[in-house]
Amino acid sequence: MADNMTSGLEKTGAEQALAQGFAAARPRLPGADGVDALRARAFGTFEQKGLPHRRVEDWKYTDLRALMREALPMAPLPDKDALARAQAVLAPHALGNARRIVLVDGALAPQLSDLDSPERGLSLRPLAAVLASRDAPVGALMAQPDEAVDPLLSLNTALMTDGIVIDVAENARIARPVHLVHVASGGEPAAMYTRSLVRLAAGAHLTLVEQFVAGAADVAYQVNDALVMELGAGARLDHSRLMEDDMAAINVSTLAVKLGDNAHLATFNLTSGASVSRYQAFIRFEGSGANVETNGVNLLKGSQHGDTSMFLDHAVPGCSSREVFRAVLDGRARSVFQGRIVVRPDAQKTDARMMTRAILLTDEAESDSKPELEIYADDVACSHGSTSGALDQGLLFYLRARGLPEPEAQAMLIQAFVGETIEAIADDVVREAALQAAARYLTARRT
Amino acid sequence: MAGMLEIRNLQVRVEEREILHGLSLSVNKGEVHAIMGPNGSGKSTLSHVLAGKPGYEVTGGEVLFNGEDLLAMEPDERAAKGVFLAFQYPVEIPGVATMTFLRTALNAQRKARGEGELSTPEFMKKVRDVAGRLGIAQDMLKRGVNVGFSGGEKKRNEVLQMALLEPSLCILDEMDSGLDIDALRIASEGVNLLRSPDRAMVVITHYQRLLNYIVPDVVHVMAKGRIMKSGGKELALELEQSGYAEYTGAAA
Ligand SMILES: Nc1ncnc2c1ncn2[C@@H]1O[C@H](COP(=O)(O)OP(=O)(O)OP(=O)(O)O)[C@@H](O)[C@H]1O
Ligand SMILES: [Mg+2]
Repeated sequence: MADNMTSGLEKTGAEQALAQGFAAARPRLPGADGVDALRARAFGTFEQKGLPHRRVEDWKYTDLRALMREALPMAPLPDKDALARAQAVLAPHALGNARRIVLVDGALAPQLSDLDSPERGLSLRPLAAVLASRDAPVGALMAQPDEAVDPLLSLNTALMTDGIVIDVAENARIARPVHLVHVASGGEPAAMYTRSLVRLAAGAHLTLVEQFVAGAADVAYQVNDALVMELGAGARLDHSRLMEDDMAAINVSTLAVKLGDNAHLATFNLTSGASVSRYQAFIRFEGSGANVETNGVNLLKGSQHGDTSMFLDHAVPGCSSREVFRAVLDGRARSVFQGRIVVRPDAQKTDARMMTRAILLTDEAESDSKPELEIYADDVACSHGSTSGALDQGLLFYLRARGLPEPEAQAMLIQAFVGETIEAIADDVVREAALQAAARYLTARRT
Repeated sequence: MAGMLEIRNLQVRVEEREILHGLSLSVNKGEVHAIMGPNGSGKSTLSHVLAGKPGYEVTGGEVLFNGEDLLAMEPDERAAKGVFLAFQYPVEIPGVATMTFLRTALNAQRKARGEGELSTPEFMKKVRDVAGRLGIAQDMLKRGVNVGFSGGEKKRNEVLQMALLEPSLCILDEMDSGLDIDALRIASEGVNLLRSPDRAMVVITHYQRLLNYIVPDVVHVMAKGRIMKSGGKELALELEQSGYAEYTGAAA
């Protein structure tokens, strides 16, 4: 309450509903005693800060206090109908031979998931079961110290219901991608709090694809998801996320990563869904020689608000990071990119680069870009750049002069613009899925 | 009988400044017209206005293409009806593969004309044939449109598009600039293959040499936003000797 009190802010209706919701849900939430204490602590942290608003620097452009008018009740466990609706939406999103794991309304759905006979070195466990077990890896599950910093992550800790815990053993190279699908079944308006943990031991490889979709249109829902990653020495994780939630959704998702020596993370995000979204990543370099490539694209239209915020912490020497972020904005949409790179005094020879580009298709669309470099070491190479503007009229005319009607010419240029980030996806099937998600946006903005 | 292209008293402004001051030109099908004229006389402006480039304000006159009001059409409509401009400065389009671009353009035009799409094998064969004729390597077709192409390669790519799209009115804006001697010959042969009784060409150039390859029926001298003189192909040779002084009013 301290912050709320010091800022003189009344608790909003949404905050009150969250407090009541937490109290009511607490007895049913999975977890042994230690977990319950953790939840209570986390909720306390959340309450102290409340929903972030524009005077909270890290949430400056995404005033959740104003944007999230109500807190929806936690989704009930999916019934037969919910599972059927979920199943129907899965087919068009099938991802080659990937191992599918499906969360429906925040609960792992074993009926729709492929949890059997994992490859040697791959372990898959439902989060609810892991939390309930005596030896729950609570320390690993928590994304310290971000838990204490970000109120929405605290809220996730307090209310998390289910997810998947993925462990890959030393030097195990899992060729088959894991496809984690979050489905909001669209029964009643509801909220989902999911958390997953991915741990790669030294030398392990994994390809992980996350996807967010809805089983019905126009039913409001709120997603608060967290994905915690730990990459051991020399591990490699190829991560892609396609967020195509319904326009009636709010999606706040957190990625919290720790990288060991020479670990490599390639991560791609595409946001085209949800009326309001925030994708925040806390990436911590804890081992030297580690390397992160993040590519992201926001494809927004109508009155969508999409915020991608990346916080990179270079704490050790010799690591590199590349951030490429693009946005295509139609209608009155607003895209936010915040990129903070901290280079600590020990982190000599850090090579960190960040580039953002936005295309505004209308005069009403808005793009905000806030790069922040905090550099405390002297022998580093860091840079950032940012541009925004309309589609190039010269290119557009060239295409039209060759016979492409305006919408097709625009689509071709947008696809090219977005394609440069999608190119970075290593897996052919995943890359194709991302291209299709981008194509769905292009089709939708024309209708 | 009216020509395929009838430009009557065309006046065009760019950013409040009049560039074309009442230009008239008539081109019949089957004919090749050359336009020559000093830098800044408005040749590219004319070609852009015919293709429908935004940013030009037509303040007077009219342009008819096969009897229809060309200026009322969107650029893509003009293309589908058979107007093609080979640009003086073709743009680079990173991220759009040349093959995808060619195919989308061709099919968009066919669709607009109510024709069916070309099948992949048909299309591939067509591109390969034309590219082979123009000495365009296959690997260039895999790159982004004009990305990293040399000046001459870009020009050849324009001729490739023209040959593939088979327009009825070809406007070539300095197709010869940047081409080496061999490329000039090859590109000109590509253009000549397209000459037909149903097709007209407007060739803008600074050099008489191009007209040795693409022999025009009519040569026009353009200066200060107007056609100042028209004649046969010998007019180009005359200009080579005398320059433009008599048309620009400058001392020789
Ligand atoms: N967008 C523009 N803004 C201002 N002036 C322009 C613009 N485009 C063309 N002009 C002017 O119009 C005049 C005609 O230009 P244009 O490019 O048509 O000449 P050109 O005959 O093609 O010349 P060149 O032989 O050098 O290619 C020039 O004086 C040029 O500066
Ligand atoms: Mg010119």
